[in-house]
Amino acid sequence: MTAQDDIVPAAALPGTKVRRAFGEVPGLKTLAFCFLAFLYLPIGVLVAYSFNEGNIVMVWTGFSTDWYAQALADADIRKAAMNSLIVAVSATAISTTCATLAALALARGGAFRGKVALLGLISLPLMVPEIVTAVATLVFFSSIGLRLGLGNVIIAHTTFCIPFAFMPIRARLEGMDTTLEQASRDLYASDWETFRLVTLPLLMPGVLAGAMLAFVISMDDFIITLMVAGAGDTTLPVYIYSMIRQGITPEVNAVSSILLLFSIAMVTAYWFTTRQKPGRNIH
Amino acid sequence: MPRTPEAATVTPLHSDMPSRPGTGAAPAIVLEDVRKTYGRGASAVQALRGISFEIRDNEFFTLLGPSGCGKTTLLRALAGFEHATGGTIRLFGQNIMDVSAHRRPVNTVFQHYALFPHMTVAENVAYGLRRLRRPADEIAAAVAETLRLVKMETFADRRPTQLSGGQQQRVALARALAPHPKVLLLDEPLSALDLKLRQAMRQELKQIQAKTGITFIFVTHDQDEALSMSDRIAVMSDGLVQQVGTPTEIYERPANRFVAGFVGDANFIKAAIMSRANTEVTCKTIGGLELRADGKKARAGQRDVTLFLRPEKVRLGAPGQGSVDGVVATLQYLGNACLMEVDIGEATPLLVSERIADVDQPRRAAGDRVGVKLDPRSLQVLEE
Repeated sequence: MTAQDDIVPAAALPGTKVRRAFGEVPGLKTLAFCFLAFLYLPIGVLVAYSFNEGNIVMVWTGFSTDWYAQALADADIRKAAMNSLIVAVSATAISTTCATLAALALARGGAFRGKVALLGLISLPLMVPEIVTAVATLVFFSSIGLRLGLGNVIIAHTTFCIPFAFMPIRARLEGMDTTLEQASRDLYASDWETFRLVTLPLLMPGVLAGAMLAFVISMDDFIITLMVAGAGDTTLPVYIYSMIRQGITPEVNAVSSILLLFSIAMVTAYWFTTRQKPGRNIH
Repeated sequence: MPRTPEAATVTPLHSDMPSRPGTGAAPAIVLEDVRKTYGRGASAVQALRGISFEIRDNEFFTLLGPSGCGKTTLLRALAGFEHATGGTIRLFGQNIMDVSAHRRPVNTVFQHYALFPHMTVAENVAYGLRRLRRPADEIAAAVAETLRLVKMETFADRRPTQLSGGQQQRVALARALAPHPKVLLLDEPLSALDLKLRQAMRQELKQIQAKTGITFIFVTHDQDEALSMSDRIAVMSDGLVQQVGTPTEIYERPANRFVAGFVGDANFIKAAIMSRANTEVTCKTIGGLELRADGKKARAGQRDVTLFLRPEKVRLGAPGQGSVDGVVATLQYLGNACLMEVDIGEATPLLVSERIADVDQPRRAAGDRVGVKLDPRSLQVLEE
């Protein structure tokens, strides 16, 4: 018996759950791969056929980036993309600000009546079926006669983005040590200076994560936008839907791929900012 | 209310003045019947139940007590993080009860340091001075000087997370000292350090206090820390101050049984007082021993008094040579001393600590018969 044999495997130590390695459960590996294929194959096919030369979607005739060129040159697509961007940026800015203030009030505002109820109310929109929110928003706007064009879309997006932006911000704030803020006050900083110099910089990863989540959610929204947006205020997802109704060409694939690329970029950025950086942890 | 604490103009950082408690004109802090109650009605908890004492200028003052005694609450009330629900706190004569934390010329060293992780060491230390809108060159000079004082000048550009616990401790101290507060509050700052480092830091804290001339208020539950560093100590328990005094007074002349038992080891012997002559009384213990003891306030005929005796004040000799004979019941060898329980026929055995100083000193063993010498001057009648 060598010294090596004396080392107890981690799994055998008391308090450590003995877990089967991935794949030891019969069939799980296959099932997992099937599941992933089911999720990503259609997307892969969509992207692949966006490079198809011919104009019939499912018949491969050759490689070409013409559809991208056509999509990018299309004035309607560009207008829809611009609208999407305007809506997403505005809704992200407003909803992230609101969410930050709400998180601060809930995590740092001390005890107040209805705190738990408020927390529930902020998170509830995540559970409400989107079609319900969409119809409710449409009815609300038309009953009060609000006609701000793209403004209506921005307001609608802001409301449903708030809970998404709120969650990572609140999580970050709950994990933050309040003695840092006490230390700041102790060192002659006013409440505003404490917020600006200590709370906000430390909260920033949470705010960025919330903002990116809100941006992606707003960018991809279809149902609510379809209901609320007027004729000239079409966003990209709604425009893609209208393109499909006129018959699917690889141009649709190209536009969808661009939107997909955008979303992936945002989610990747979200992942990198929320990941705990080594050596920068907050006690 | 001026934004600037006057402290900076009052005390130079490197003063040649030795640390002599009580040399300042006004007391640094005067507490009058300070109370703090959490909650209301039946569930109310009284954390501070009427605290009154003075802390002198340029003093190393320690609040000592077990956890939950209210020492940290009192410190937080001094810092301004808690609002005392009753009484008055005066800082150099000024009532600071309604002054918010960021306007008090008082800085805190937090238990877990609470360094700003997104700033460098130098930025952390400069933080207080920047908020006071001091000129940049003055800030730079003060930061350099304070970092030198805590021997961290080579770490100015590091982040707190790149430092060890002991180094973070030094930076936290520098950050709190840099604005030259009138009073520095230290909330169990050594508790997170390992033993060796803790002992080294005691000396250093004491030296820094002497060099800066700033009044230090140090909170701890560690009696060794309190005894070795303090000019004076307030022993607290259950929201009340039990005794305020120098380390010698606290250890040698504890005011009551709590202080005697909390600071150091102690023997307590139940007895009745037979007679007294001057300050010396003759008592009879429950076990029937007749002992002479020191008791200024004791009255003859008093029953159920407690006699108090430190284990190291007991001398052992050959059987028949002391006030009473006993048998060594248990024995712990500590290297420099021997800690024994000696059965002398009382309800509880007598705790005896014998220093091992001489080579030819007799080695004790469990079961040995010994003569126990009790000096009347070290045996004290405790006030209840």
